[in-house]
Amino acid sequence: MKKYLSFFRLRFSMGLQYRTAALAGMVTQFFWGFMEIMMFSAFYRADADAFPMSFSATASYIWLQQAFLALFAAWVMEDEIFDAIISGNIVYELCRPVRIYRMWYARSIANRLSRALLRCAPILIVAALLPEPYGIAAPADVRHFLLFLVTLFLGLAVTVSFCMLVYVLTFFTVSPQGLRMLFVSAVEFLAGGVIPLPFLPPAVLRVVELLPFASMQNVPLRIYSGSMSDAQMLRAIVLQVFWLAAVTELGSLLCARAERKITLQGG
Amino acid sequence: MDKLCRGLRLYRHYISINIRSAMQYKMSFFLTAVGQFLVSFNVFLGIFFMFQRFSRVEGFTYSEVLLGFSIILMEFSLAEMSARGFDLFPRTVRSGEFDRILVRPRNEILQVLGSKFELTRFGRMLQALVMFVYGIAKSGVTWNASKVVTVLFMLIGGTAVFSGLFLIYAALCFFTLDGLEFMNVFTDGAREFGKYPVGVYGKKILLFSTFVVPYALIQYYPLLYLLERRTEPIYIVLPLLACLFLLPAYGLWRFGVGRYQSSGS
Repeated sequence: MKKYLSFFRLRFSMGLQYRTAALAGMVTQFFWGFMEIMMFSAFYRADADAFPMSFSATASYIWLQQAFLALFAAWVMEDEIFDAIISGNIVYELCRPVRIYRMWYARSIANRLSRALLRCAPILIVAALLPEPYGIAAPADVRHFLLFLVTLFLGLAVTVSFCMLVYVLTFFTVSPQGLRMLFVSAVEFLAGGVIPLPFLPPAVLRVVELLPFASMQNVPLRIYSGSMSDAQMLRAIVLQVFWLAAVTELGSLLCARAERKITLQGG
Repeated sequence: MDKLCRGLRLYRHYISINIRSAMQYKMSFFLTAVGQFLVSFNVFLGIFFMFQRFSRVEGFTYSEVLLGFSIILMEFSLAEMSARGFDLFPRTVRSGEFDRILVRPRNEILQVLGSKFELTRFGRMLQALVMFVYGIAKSGVTWNASKVVTVLFMLIGGTAVFSGLFLIYAALCFFTLDGLEFMNVFTDGAREFGKYPVGVYGKKILLFSTFVVPYALIQYYPLLYLLERRTEPIYIVLPLLACLFLLPAYGLWRFGVGRYQSSGS
């Protein structure tokens, strides 16, 4: 466990170095959040009754989404891992006395956390200063806030497990392009990245909520503003734990299989 | 005139080289095109499901919104297809490739334009076309010559505006030697938020996109004309007026080229 922790620390402090990139990212995300909110407020003006959650909860959802984008963005994958698998440099990692699944996992979590930490605070502060109901509201209560934190980490873990699945499958397909693309666009929509999931029609929502994608950003961002009932929250957390276990188990099984079968051609 | 003809011939040659080289990797080409399609398909799904719940936004119905989105998507794809060389310009500067361009006895903009022709963008174009046809069929626009001309002008003006943005992005590299990520707000951001008519985002955004970066001239105002909310003929030529945006962009580029001191690689 200790060696994975040090991988984590190493990657984490590396990630904290890219401050200019973080600044540019923040400007973009702030603009994105602002435009999204203008758009939703136009829909709100058109028909307030058709909103599945309060406008202020929607605004909080959008700001949290922008602030923690790095935790959940599916398109942020580790190019180094793909390159290592394709070029064969993976041989150096295989020589080490570590499980590559766990090493990559630690490294992905560290990268995402450090990116998010650099970016979230300024966005959240500015969003908190915006006038009601366009800014981010305070969490519903202490209990919801604590559950928000717990599900935020669970959601991050599910997202990383899913990315790991794509890395591992690259062992079998060689070119990651197609898989990666399908995965990224599926996650984008089904996790609630384009519009919050409650905006989907009820029949569609019932199915989508059971999918692993809904266990990513959807749960924490909705719990924060208290727009889920206790029963819904319990179900969502159970689903998160289930998908985390299932996807991680599948990924590490496949990884172990790939490690046994892999042939490196030298070069 | 002769010079222009030779330039065009050279450009055609550049395009043919680019397409032939892309066709060497057919699978990769195909997948990238599908990827382009999927990305904007998600945006479409967002609109689709929003309109399952709401019947109109700021007075625009579902098919009218799609019409506006499809046109801006076409404009963007056309510009990205042809002006992608400017999008990749940071790499050209850093690798010293631009120094090689400067010593050739041809116009440098032509050479940068020719350095990359991204045919994979037809994936996005295809989707825009489908939405465009649907939007036309459902929004009940009665077509006449002036409206067809308006759409043509929109495509010309829109391609010019997005190309101008790419040109500015590239020109800034002369000073920073690296791409400035915040410029994405103006290109990708416009493609993303052009999904709804610009007027939806409020007065300030509308003012900005009328006088600073003229998105509204290539989407919102002519759309109003197409849908007969406005009937003054000035709305037909507004998109052409947006071409003026190329002037400051070109000025910045010339200024940058003049001050360029090579990246040293």
